[in-house]
Amino acid sequence: MIRNYFLQILTVIVAFIFTIRLLELQLINSDYKFLSQNNAILESPVFPDRGFIYDRNNKILVANQPGYDLMVIPENTTKFDTLELSQLLNITYKNFDLKFKKMMNFSNKIPSIVSGEISKERHAFIQEKLWKYPGFYLQKKSIRKYYYKVGSNILGYISEVNENDMLKDSYYQAGELIGRQGIEKYYENYLRGIKGKAFYQKDRFNRIIGPYENGEIDITPIPASNINLTIDIDLQIYGEALLKNKRGGIVAIEPNTGEILALISAPGYDPNLLVGKERSSNYRKLANDTLSKPLFDRGLQAQYSPGSPLKVLNALIALQEGVIRKETRFTCNKGHFYARGAFMECHCNIGTSNNLISAIFQSCNTYFANAYKNIINSKSSPSDGVNNWKNHLSSFGLGEYLGYDLPIGQPGFIPDSNYYNNLYNKGGWKASNIISNSIGQGEVLTTPIQMANFTAAIANRGFYITPHFIKSIKGNKKIKMFEKKKTTIDSIYFEHIIDGMEKVIQNGTAKIARVNGIEICGKTGTVENFINLEGEKIQLTDHSMFIAFAPKHNPKIALAVFVENGHWGSRWAAPIASLMIEKYINKSTNRKWLENRMLKGSLNDEYLKPLSGKPFKINE
Amino acid sequence: MNKLFIYRLDWTIIFCYLFLVFFGFINIYSSNYSNETLNNLSFNSLVGKQILLFLTSISIGIFILGIRTRFFQQFSSLIYVVSILSLIGLFVFGQTINGAISWYSFGGISIQPSEFAKIATALMIARYLSDFQTDIKNKKYLILGILIILLPALLIMIQADPGSAIIFCSLFLIFFREGLSFNYLILALISAGLFIITLLFSINYIIYSIILISLIFTYFSNKTNLKTRILPLISLVFTSIIFVFSVNFIFNSVFEQRHRDRFNIMLGIIEDTKGLGYNINQSKIAIGSGGLTGKGFLQGTQTKGNFVPEQQTDYIFTTIGEEWGFLGSFGLIVVFVILIVRMLNQAEKQTNIFRRTFIYAISSLIFSHFAINIGMSLGLLPTVGIPLPFISSGGSSLLAFSLLIFIYLNFDANRLNDW
Repeated sequence: MIRNYFLQILTVIVAFIFTIRLLELQLINSDYKFLSQNNAILESPVFPDRGFIYDRNNKILVANQPGYDLMVIPENTTKFDTLELSQLLNITYKNFDLKFKKMMNFSNKIPSIVSGEISKERHAFIQEKLWKYPGFYLQKKSIRKYYYKVGSNILGYISEVNENDMLKDSYYQAGELIGRQGIEKYYENYLRGIKGKAFYQKDRFNRIIGPYENGEIDITPIPASNINLTIDIDLQIYGEALLKNKRGGIVAIEPNTGEILALISAPGYDPNLLVGKERSSNYRKLANDTLSKPLFDRGLQAQYSPGSPLKVLNALIALQEGVIRKETRFTCNKGHFYARGAFMECHCNIGTSNNLISAIFQSCNTYFANAYKNIINSKSSPSDGVNNWKNHLSSFGLGEYLGYDLPIGQPGFIPDSNYYNNLYNKGGWKASNIISNSIGQGEVLTTPIQMANFTAAIANRGFYITPHFIKSIKGNKKIKMFEKKKTTIDSIYFEHIIDGMEKVIQNGTAKIARVNGIEICGKTGTVENFINLEGEKIQLTDHSMFIAFAPKHNPKIALAVFVENGHWGSRWAAPIASLMIEKYINKSTNRKWLENRMLKGSLNDEYLKPLSGKPFKINE
Repeated sequence: MNKLFIYRLDWTIIFCYLFLVFFGFINIYSSNYSNETLNNLSFNSLVGKQILLFLTSISIGIFILGIRTRFFQQFSSLIYVVSILSLIGLFVFGQTINGAISWYSFGGISIQPSEFAKIATALMIARYLSDFQTDIKNKKYLILGILIILLPALLIMIQADPGSAIIFCSLFLIFFREGLSFNYLILALISAGLFIITLLFSINYIIYSIILISLIFTYFSNKTNLKTRILPLISLVFTSIIFVFSVNFIFNSVFEQRHRDRFNIMLGIIEDTKGLGYNINQSKIAIGSGGLTGKGFLQGTQTKGNFVPEQQTDYIFTTIGEEWGFLGSFGLIVVFVILIVRMLNQAEKQTNIFRRTFIYAISSLIFSHFAINIGMSLGLLPTVGIPLPFISSGGSSLLAFSLLIFIYLNFDANRLNDW
């Protein structure tokens, strides 16, 4: 009889349905496993301390310091004096109230940041009063500490990742820090280490109630590496002081290693501005300063006409091509006609006959215009001549990115035949059309680091090593090898022009750069420059330019100094370069009068001229 | 009857019972693990209380084994009346916990009289059905039988404990064993089906469908009998339509919002895993994450995180699902099936109608708890607050079910005795 069994059957049917459902939930559908992990286990990253940065002499430049976030768990707060707390935190009452309501809406139980990156000093102050506010507490975190107020252009800074960073590299998650510029960015992988993971058991309020599996499956972080830079911080400080109230750049390189000793961009800024609470507002201020452009690295990014220093390279090319010899002479009559009706001025007296060496230390335009014409005309066509000239310059690292280890830069520009074929008609130009290149004024553009680099190549008599900032990475990590690159000029030719460069200081255009006991070789430059002011091309006061290396034999330092609108080469650039050399080689300076003049000198009035809206005089 | 009493005991049931109770201890301990440590495993902890209640149950149970059947039969009316009074007394002396007035509290000990009312009602209905006058096929007796069950159920319903009230209705299952037409059961199932369909679909579609189905049925059925069948069919269609309309009305106008929400969540009409559907969703996550073998004793992350509310009582099955996986959950279901089926088989061997009916009542109660509790945990039924027998933490429930088991053991062991 069915009556005797129906309840048994019903039981079995129900059990069967349950079994099917269990199969579905536990074995077939894997969503639930994932959901369970999502809501019960918190995977929390464990960050290694960010690596320290030292200079070449092991002086510490960048370390970490504790920063503090003021956190709150809204649920744990009692009624408190909102006004007092907002004053304590330097937030307006209105903002604070709004913020707090937002947090409560977000979660009553999860901590939120009320005020981030509180400094150590303010932390002590706040800590003292915090007992009045239950539910609020300070949470320690690591932020950057800079030991010097210089070098921000080299070091860069760190900040929280944005969406782009996270898209580019899945390593990063919201709220994490990433190197933004400079060394911090370029060596990010070494400086950050690799974060580990800790797993925590959460409860249903998302509160952590303890480690998950006793921390057995946690992943320990891989510690970050400390790195040494090639920078000499004393030289960097000195250089930044010398360029105070001026605009420009200094790049100093150790020639035989390619190590960059100093990279100064003026005006700079204190790296501490980009740490802590005020970072974003400070950054905005710096970025909005479109006149002095403190975030623009003039050493790496500014492309100027090289001016007279390019004459040295043109001389080397002419020697290599055999179109002049050391003894070759050209006569200058306060300049010369380089084409019918086209006169190039020079400051030589009428009837001056210069050989190579005197042409260099006198910086005779006529001599180099003739040499350049010969270079171009030595080939079957001006096109071939220009391309050949460009090849030589390229071997000095001009016209392309140098390949140093910072994330910013500019390639500069060396024109070739295509460029002139576009500019004029094909075949419609010859050496005289492009004669300005001979004296570094034409279409050629270089960055200060490129100029320092070719100076180093001259100092090395024919080769350079890609300039770089990294000296070593702690923990025996191999650093990238920086290539040695040979120039296309034979080393014998260098001695000729180096003699000329030495004379520049001894009895040429830069006598002011003389330093007792150090044989300095250099070349001044006075660079004409123009700006576009409301569609009008206006000439400004010339840039002051100087390249130099020292000592003459076995050089220790090669550098390029660029002072915008500094009028002429030996007015600012040459003295600054000589002080840098003296400081680096002698560790101290003797010429206090010159030093004071440079330190105190300001070109701010000069920079204001084009902005005044009134007619102004240049080169006065 | 020559055998010793101890040999006559149904050891299968005893083993099932002990297994379930001990499995219950383990899982109660685990679901409360984050709040307790092994060191303070005392009689004040949840498991401690449960063990204490188990020991109490055993002592009372051994005493019960010695009682004669006739005693139960004779005193069932009195027990029933006392039980009804205790339920009424709740309105005056009861304590409100979680919105339901279902507790008496005497100096730290809380008693839920509805649990014991289940025993009382089971005894009463067994007594009533075994009376030689009673003929359940007769409407008069049927209605009285229904009233015996509905009286405590309604009282409990008013005390806002609908889950326990529904449990009482499972006692109606005994009527079918005792001869009530299965048509009632079929009618009930159709009504339940229509009820759910009404909630899921637009009312117009349902009415069209009912008419369409009946037309198809008419077309294909035996034409010769059509005349005799057409009237009942038409009345059935009309009743269905009226039923559908009334369900719609009751659901939207009589039910409270929280009841509507429970049905809507179960049927997937509204999805709200954070608010209304939180319990069901967390329950499914916990069970689903267990996989084949489970995460292991005390290793359940959902359990430790207290994601599932009421996990040691109504949602104890989620702990089992998470920590013991499919194998553990399936094993538990098998043990319940063995327990129920074995009891029913043994009941059929009874010659005494009172005993047989009472064992049927026990089985129906265990079955309905089992089906509703696990069904709810698996998201198949709407949220109803009833415990899983023997497993869930809760003294009254454990004590009541233990007493039922011991009464069964008594009845079964004395099957051939006429006392």
